[in-house]
Formats: sequence, structure tokens, C-alpha cells
Amino acid sequence: MKTTPLHTIHTDLKAKMAEFAGYDMPIQYEGVIAEHEWTRSSAGLFDVSHMGQVTLQGPGVVEFLEKLTPSSIAPMKEGRAKYTVLTNEDGGMVDDLIITRKGDQEFFLVINAGCKDKDIAWMNKHLPSDVTLTHHEDRALVALQGPKAEQIVRDVLEIDMAGTPYMAIKEHGPCFVSRLGYTGEDGFEISVPEGDAETLWNKLMAHDAVKSVGLAARDSLRLDMGYPLYGHDIDATTSPVEADIVWIMGRQDNKGFIGNERVLKELQDGPARIRVGIELTGKGVAREGAEIFSTEGQKIGVLTSGGFSPSLKKAIGQGYIDPLFKKDNTEVVVQVRGRDIAAKVTALPFVQARTKASVKKAA
Amino acid sequence: MSDMQYTNEHEWLKIDGDTAVVGITTYARHALGDIVFLELPDVGRKVAKGEDFAVVESVKAASEIYAPVTGEITAINDNLPDNLDDLKEDLDKGWIVKIKMDNPSEASEYMDKTAYETYTAGLE
Repeated sequence: MKTTPLHTIHTDLKAKMAEFAGYDMPIQYEGVIAEHEWTRSSAGLFDVSHMGQVTLQGPGVVEFLEKLTPSSIAPMKEGRAKYTVLTNEDGGMVDDLIITRKGDQEFFLVINAGCKDKDIAWMNKHLPSDVTLTHHEDRALVALQGPKAEQIVRDVLEIDMAGTPYMAIKEHGPCFVSRLGYTGEDGFEISVPEGDAETLWNKLMAHDAVKSVGLAARDSLRLDMGYPLYGHDIDATTSPVEADIVWIMGRQDNKGFIGNERVLKELQDGPARIRVGIELTGKGVAREGAEIFSTEGQKIGVLTSGGFSPSLKKAIGQGYIDPLFKKDNTEVVVQVRGRDIAAKVTALPFVQARTKASVKKAA
Repeated sequence: MSDMQYTNEHEWLKIDGDTAVVGITTYARHALGDIVFLELPDVGRKVAKGEDFAVVESVKAASEIYAPVTGEITAINDNLPDNLDDLKEDLDKGWIVKIKMDNPSEASEYMDKTAYETYTAGLE
């Protein structure tokens, strides 16, 4: 199994370790609920070095990214980051990712661990001769997430991020500090050369407001926000319209991307299914794969993620349903081990984002 | 609690005549992490040895609890779902179900406290 440059630190901290995307990763340290709540009230430190870091550069890079993604890349300002997806020929998704414009002809990408090989092969397959792709296998990535993150980065790393807005990057020597994350809190993802990873981690951990947080709480935190998880809530078959992330397309200036036919058609005619939030009103917890029914007993969809929210103290999830039932507060039934549990369709996010300028553009 | 018996699946049982009182061990409780929901079976349900009869939900996952003996569920601890901290190795508060055994000799195969402690030490 593969390991990150921080592996020894996790085992020294006695983390519960498990395989994730081919890596031996920390699932939890102290406990999911404690780690979740700590991130929401103070600051959690996550090792996300398993994720892929890639640079694309060259004269044709903007045109290339407007082919790979349905987003408008040309208007992006230097230093700004954007959430988007790589679409496939059928209008489904190869992966979701963050791209950051580091220069006129240079973009930095962070891609999912489980999709790294596939994404890089996909990009290389379409790579024009005037663009180069560099996979930064020699870099680590840590996320510091929570309301105290800005203060901690100032105290410990002596980096002042006050002037850097949400979805923007600041380069500090060999570190790339991006103000974004997967928790809905203010915070940063910090990319560093792998040799500096332990020093960075230890410096941050030495701060009283910081505790390490594992992948289990990373999942419950992102569920609160209704963020999709690739391989579960979005995949090769789901389109951006079905996933209800049309906002990544901005004013829809980019119409030449791979898979545009289906996506543009669905924009016009509406999708066959739509991703929604589901909140259980009855007792129980529903997980990925649980079927969703109307109150009349008609099967209308399936849950793609689900769990218990430590923030809300109730069971939540997301799934795809027949768009006829997508209205907020529509009563539905989720079946778990043959038992019917009352639930309702709920607007995402479940928990309001507290990022520096929380994006409220969701369609 | 010295006369409790223990299964490989981390249930404890206490035999009282032809009835087995069943719960989960401290080790199991620790391994499951933060428990948020317990689904109990109906009284009167017949269970076979090794069959799952209850489900414990943690934040992350659902885990089944297995019947250590064959028989009929004669009582469930209704108090537990609302007091999940009581779900532990405690005969008075932490029991989950009582099973009237079809074949009481099934209970004789399980470990005593010492053997179970040796067993769990080997799992670390």
C-alpha cells in the first residue's frame, strides 16, 4: 500500500488507519464526532497528500482547459481558484477538481486520489503539443480548516492571509497556500515539497487550537455541506446538470467542452434525475445505496452518500431522484434493511458555509 | 460479571436458566466509535445462532450484532436507543436482548473473561 510523507506521524499519533484510494490513511484519531466539532469550532489539520497535484502550462492551456471542463477559464484572474469537473465524451465526469490560475499560461490542479492515474491518462490523451503536464509526486498537501485557521497560519507560519479571499492562492516560497477546502469552514490547503511536510505538520500541531482530523470526519464535514464525493455522488455516468452543479459553468460561455452535447441538451430539457439533499425525519441512519420512495410507494431514486451529522445531530445524505420530487421539504421515504424511514428533500447545504465569502450561487 | 461469557464477535452473554442475556463488550464498544443509533429487533422474533438481530450505527458505518444462541427473543432493552452510553459490558443497563434458548448447550462453547481478554489482546 502507498503512504504519504506524513504516515509515521499518523501511526505515532495512534490513528485508526485504513486503505483509501490505495493509500494507508488516518481514518480517525480521537473520534469522528470530536474531530468534526473541533473543526467547526477551532481548526482541524488533515493530511490530504494522497490527492494529485498537477501543473499544466503552455500557450494552449486555456483552450485546453475549456475543452476538458465546462467552465469558462479565459476570464479567470491570476491567483484565483475554481471548482469544476473533467467531463467525458458522454457528458459524465472523469473527476471533480480545483484549478488555480498561477500565471497567464500556468494552472495548478488538485485532483482526487482515486482518480489520479485515470485523470492524468485522460489529460495526456487530449494534451495539445503546446501544453506540458507535470505531476508533482514530490509534493505533500495538508488542509487546515476551521474558524481559527487564518490566525493560526499567521501565528505559526508567519503568513498573513487576511488579504487573500476565498478561492484564491498565495505563494510563499515553495508553499502554495490556497484559501479553500472541503469542510465549509474558512481555511487553507497548503501544498509543500514532501521533505517539508513533517515540519509544517508539527508546527501547525504545536498550536493549541489545532487537532489532527481523519478522513471519517472529513466525510461527515463535507456531507453537512452537500459537497459531492467522486465515485459516490458523481461519477462517469452523472452529468453536471444532474449533479446540480451547473453554477460551475458560469454564464455558459464555454460550449466547446468534451461531452457538451448531453450537457447542453439537459440544460435545455432538464435532466432525467437530479442530486438533492435528503434529511431523515424518522429514526435511523441511511447510507449509500438506500432506495428512496415517494410517500405513495413509488421508487424515485437512490442515496449516493449518507451518514449522521455531528453538527445537526441527525441523519442526512444526498442522492439522485426523479426531478418531479425535487422541491424542498417534499416528504419521501428511505428504505433501510427493509424498514421505511420518513425523510424529506432538503436544500443543500445542510449547514451554512462559513468560508470568507461563501459562494451562494448554487443553482 | 465474572460469569459472563464472550464470543469471537464481541458479544457477551449471561446465562440465566434457559435464557441468555446478550450485550456487546467494552472492546466492541470502543471499536465501533461514536454510536448514534441502535436498531432493536421485535420481541417474539426467532433467531438462529450466528444470525444478525440488531444493528448499531456509528457516524461512519452500520455494524451488525449476532445472536450467540438459537432461540426466541423474549425481551428487548427499550431503554437503550435513547441512552446509547448504556450500551456496554453491564448486565443491568447494557443488555440488548434476552433469548430463550432452544438448545442451552450452545452457550457452553464460549470464552470466559480471561480467555476473551487473551483473545482481544491478540487482536491489537
